[in-house]
Amino acid sequence: MTTKYSRSGRVRPSGSGWELAIWYLMRLTGLGLFVTALAHYIIVHFLYDPSQQTAKWIADERWGNIAWRTADWLMLAFVVFHAFMGLRIVVQDYTKGGVRTLLTMLLYIGALVVFAMGTMALMTLNLTAPVQP
Amino acid sequence: MLFRYRGSEGMLAWAFHRISGVAIWAFILLHVFDIWLASVNASLYNELLSIYASPGGRVVEALLGAALLYHALNGLRIIIMDFWPAMTRYHKQLWYANWVLFAIIGLPILVQIMAPAFGFAPPFRFGS
Repeated sequence: MTTKYSRSGRVRPSGSGWELAIWYLMRLTGLGLFVTALAHYIIVHFLYDPSQQTAKWIADERWGNIAWRTADWLMLAFVVFHAFMGLRIVVQDYTKGGVRTLLTMLLYIGALVVFAMGTMALMTLNLTAPVQP
Repeated sequence: MLFRYRGSEGMLAWAFHRISGVAIWAFILLHVFDIWLASVNASLYNELLSIYASPGGRVVEALLGAALLYHALNGLRIIIMDFWPAMTRYHKQLWYANWVLFAIIGLPILVQIMAPAFGFAPPFRFGS
C-alpha cells in the first residue's frame, strides 16, 4: 500500500522543496509545542492559578530565572511558526487569487509583529537585577 | 468545505482540528499582547488579569485548554499516521484513544481551574 495520503492531516507535498520543508516544520514545531505549550498550560493553570499571576509574580517567579525566559522564547518561536503557518493553510483552502496573496502577506507581517512583541516582553519585563561590576 | 462531507470520525477529527487551531491562533494574539502589556504597563496588565481570574475568564480558559489538548492529541495522531502509514488503517481507533486520554488528562485540570469560580479552593495544592 503506497500511502501518500493521511487522515485529517495534510498530504506530504511533493512538488516544492519549500512546501515540503514547511510540512516537516509544522510537524516538528507541533511536537515541540506538545511539550512546551502543554507544560506551560499545566504550570499556569494547574500548578499555579491566574489569580496569583500579577506582573510582579511573572518577573519574580515565572521569569525569575533566565532559563525560563529562554525556554519560553523557544516556545514563542514554535508557536508563531505553527500558528501562522497553520492559518496560512486555512487561508489557502478558502481563498484564491489576490485575496489569498493579501491575506498571506498579512499573516507573514502579523507573525513578525507577534514574534517581536513576545521577544520584547521576554527581554525587558522587570529585569531590575543590579549589574555587578 | 468545513461541512461538505457527512461526518464520520476522520472528517470530524479534521474539522475539530481546524476549529481548535484557529481558536488557539486567536488566543495567541491576545496572549502575546497581554504579556507585552505586562512589560510596558504592569498595572494595566494586572487589571486584565483580574478578568482572566474571574468565573467567566475561567470558563474561557477551560475551553482554551480543551482546544489545546484536543489539538495536541490529534496532532500526535496525524504525525503517527504520517510517519507510520500502516496506522492509517486504525485512524478511528486512534481518534477514540484521543478522547480517552482527553478525558483522563482534562478532567482533573477542569476541576482545578473551575473550583475557585464556585467558591472552593483549588483541590490540588502544590508548594506554598
